[in-house]
Amino acid sequence: MTLFSRSLTPKSFALATALALSGSIAAAAVESEDPIKLTLHDWTGQFITTNIMAAVLEEAGYNVELVQADYLAQFSGLESGDLHVAMELWATTAADALNASLATGNTVSFGENGLQAIEEWWYPLYMKEKCPGLPNWEALNACADLFATAETAPKGRYLGGPVTWGGYDDERVEALGLNYEVIHAGTDAAMFAEVESAYQRQAPVLVWIYAPHWAPLKYKGEWVEFPPYSAECYTDPSVGVNPQKAYDCGKPRGPVWKAGWAGLANKWPGAAKAITALKLDNDEMGLMVGKVDVDGMTVDDVVDEWMDANKDRWSAWIAN
Amino acid sequence: MTRQGSVWLGLFLASLGLALLAPRLPAWALDPPDAILLDMSGWVSAGMDWLVNRATFGLFTVKEATRGIAAMIELPYDATRIALVDGITEGRGRRATTIVPPISWIAVITAMVALGIYARNIWLGLLMGVLFAYLAVFGQWESAMVTLASIIIAVPMGVVGGLALGTAAYLSPRFNRAMSPMLDLMQTVPTFAYLVPILFLFGFGPVAALIATVIYAMPPMVRITTMALNAVPAELKEFSLMVGCTGAQRLRKVLLPTALPDLMVGVNQVIMLSLNMVIIASMIGAGGLGFDVLNALRRLDIGKGVEAGVAITVMAVALDRLSQALAKRAGVPDLRNGSWVQRHPKTTLVVAVIVITGLVGLVMPWVQTYPKEAMISTRGFWADLVKNINVNYYDQLESFKNLLLLNVLLPTKRFLLALPWPWVMALVTLAGWQLGRGRLALLCLALTAFLATTGLWEQAMTTVYLCGISVVIAAIIGIPLGILAASNATAGKVIGGFIDTLQTLPSFVYLIPVVMLFRVGDFSAMIAVVLYALAPAVRYAAHGLRSIPSELIEAGTVCGCTRWQVLRRIRLPMALPDIMLGINQTIMLALSMLVITALVGTRDLGQQVYAALATADTGAGVVAGVSVAAIAIIADRLIAAGANRARARLGMTS
Repeated sequence: MTLFSRSLTPKSFALATALALSGSIAAAAVESEDPIKLTLHDWTGQFITTNIMAAVLEEAGYNVELVQADYLAQFSGLESGDLHVAMELWATTAADALNASLATGNTVSFGENGLQAIEEWWYPLYMKEKCPGLPNWEALNACADLFATAETAPKGRYLGGPVTWGGYDDERVEALGLNYEVIHAGTDAAMFAEVESAYQRQAPVLVWIYAPHWAPLKYKGEWVEFPPYSAECYTDPSVGVNPQKAYDCGKPRGPVWKAGWAGLANKWPGAAKAITALKLDNDEMGLMVGKVDVDGMTVDDVVDEWMDANKDRWSAWIAN
Repeated sequence: MTRQGSVWLGLFLASLGLALLAPRLPAWALDPPDAILLDMSGWVSAGMDWLVNRATFGLFTVKEATRGIAAMIELPYDATRIALVDGITEGRGRRATTIVPPISWIAVITAMVALGIYARNIWLGLLMGVLFAYLAVFGQWESAMVTLASIIIAVPMGVVGGLALGTAAYLSPRFNRAMSPMLDLMQTVPTFAYLVPILFLFGFGPVAALIATVIYAMPPMVRITTMALNAVPAELKEFSLMVGCTGAQRLRKVLLPTALPDLMVGVNQVIMLSLNMVIIASMIGAGGLGFDVLNALRRLDIGKGVEAGVAITVMAVALDRLSQALAKRAGVPDLRNGSWVQRHPKTTLVVAVIVITGLVGLVMPWVQTYPKEAMISTRGFWADLVKNINVNYYDQLESFKNLLLLNVLLPTKRFLLALPWPWVMALVTLAGWQLGRGRLALLCLALTAFLATTGLWEQAMTTVYLCGISVVIAAIIGIPLGILAASNATAGKVIGGFIDTLQTLPSFVYLIPVVMLFRVGDFSAMIAVVLYALAPAVRYAAHGLRSIPSELIEAGTVCGCTRWQVLRRIRLPMALPDIMLGINQTIMLALSMLVITALVGTRDLGQQVYAALATADTGAGVVAGVSVAAIAIIADRLIAAGANRARARLGMTS
């Protein structure tokens, strides 16, 4: 019924004419000419994922607009329909905000995007010689003086992410009895500035690093191995190494989610299908991020390269 | 020592004693107890929720109205972008094909040269040409045009809005009284604090960024308008009445034209402040050079960050010189005659160049877009420079840092945080009483009480500590620089150029190298604040010294004073009120840098504002922002009262 009535509207007639003229097949699938608004945040991996999605949607004939929006502030925009799609919501940093937003019923999840987020304490490889017990977390206390600065001495210094990232590092230090002080960087730019500085001087640094990201590509290093994460370890004090305290384990690793405005599937059903279908993996993402951030290619060129190399994959996402 | 001096010394010693006793004091004395805290952020959030979701003007809701305004602003913005950046295109995004290209780089530069010649002379025209050519040669053209497009929209909005409010304040003293505290808040509440409400009301995208820019850049225009209208000679005002002007005629034909040169100073301020907002605006979707700076520094591409940052400075210098020249030219009557083309040779030329380069550009792309092959980059140089300093001098820098940190910064922080809050309230109120009697004391009491009830006392004291130390250091460096600039013309020029650059170069550009050399923490934050807030300390000191009547100095020399004695006994005391105003401005700038320092991990009010932005918590952001404003207003009023007293003592009229 819907199909039949739609085929009679003047708009689809015009579309059919355009189709005949341009010879493009995909344009027929477009349900609305309004631009679909995808959000951009502030890390390269997210630019790439979002630009790939945009390119794929454009191949399908949709109009796409990329809007700069804050990672967490964007949820109000997604709920109101000002913004439509967020391509990278990390289970490790956005889970609470995402769940709260999904609970309003105004946003929906489009599933995982295939990336696996890793976030953990990290040190450059040259520190392994100076602190032989690494990567085991139990070696950290013996090396506390190595990582100490004048401000934190005698405790070691661990540079954590911005306060807004959460991560429970203060709790972890207490629960595992680590002789470290957690210093919060204000932004990841400041965090990586310290890594760069230490790496240039081959100086000690212990810092929160996440992947997929260019830093673990550019700097050789390892993640500290804490007791493995479990949901109970975070909620139940009796679980884990320290029977009195929660958070006595490493950070969760988790999927990266796609989510967006609940009205999207009604307005652009085909786009919703394509967005749900998109899947990338850590390896190809790491490679692309490295091309941009380490080799200095533009995001556009990297995305074009990916689009050319993966025509089969993305064609399947937009096939009816 | 005077009696007053000994009283304050006694109070200081008592504070020191109290701070030492801090561990034994009851907990309620150190941190305001929960019982007196008010849930202000909850109220603000609830109010905002009401405003966005339920408030209505009857026919339409507030949100519909604000979205309507946003759509109205977006129209001219899009048009400007089409002209300067995008051109007219078919389709969107990657499928877009250009039908009509944007104005070519050659044409824009020609237009700028023509504007420079129009505003002053060929030399200004050449300067404009060189500055804009820099943008093309260093590969910043497209981003610079995006930034220029937003400036072109934001500045007229700020100017017209400022003119309207300023005129209303001139016409109605009651409106003026209501407006004045609003302006104080607009100038002192950190922009980050109102970004979230703006996003809610005006939607995500460049328009929200434009509106935030206008709010930040408008207050000086309002103040200057009111001041300039008040300064129109009484004879002219009476004359306009005598010749029978209506109210509107009087304003339009007499008052505003007479005040025009002053008003142009306001326009200049709006332009400069709009450019200051470029980075913050890019965080909520403005794009352009600000975005390039942020993006480059996020991946530690220091060289690229410096280049984009310098491009902002270059643009600021160009627009500053141009608007200053226009300000001087304002009011010169146009006496040319002949046909339109004869009267407007430069406009005609520019239009011709736009059309010709547009057409030629279709065949020869380098005419349309500056060719990539001819671009110059200094990126490698900057990265290597920082690396060299880092590798070779880190240890020396670190020991210097530790010296200051362990002996000055941390003890001060501990001292301030150990003071009981009722004691601080009493001291500030007492200072208000001493300098301004009842009204000032009451204001100080009310504002400190506000800080105590927000639940942000500790952050507020951390703010006072960080800004206080930074201001002291800025004064220690800045005042001697100002003295040097005032006593030697060459030094004056060099120092002037240096502080102009510091003020217009986005602080982000030097923040990352500073972190590389001094790590995340209070010390890096302090350096960033000092660099940014240095300018007024230098400028006001130099201005104060230059404006001392030469007779006084001659009198001193005749009496046989050495140069040192002239400086110490005559010039510095006479310049004191100006120096104090400079310190006052330094404090204001230091406070406005707070949010940026949050990016390197301080735990002050700036961090609260920043965290509230990151979690889209309207209430928390606004309350923390107003707390910053409260500190700023206390400092401003106390210092202004002190400067007035110093003036009165020196027999100068204020």
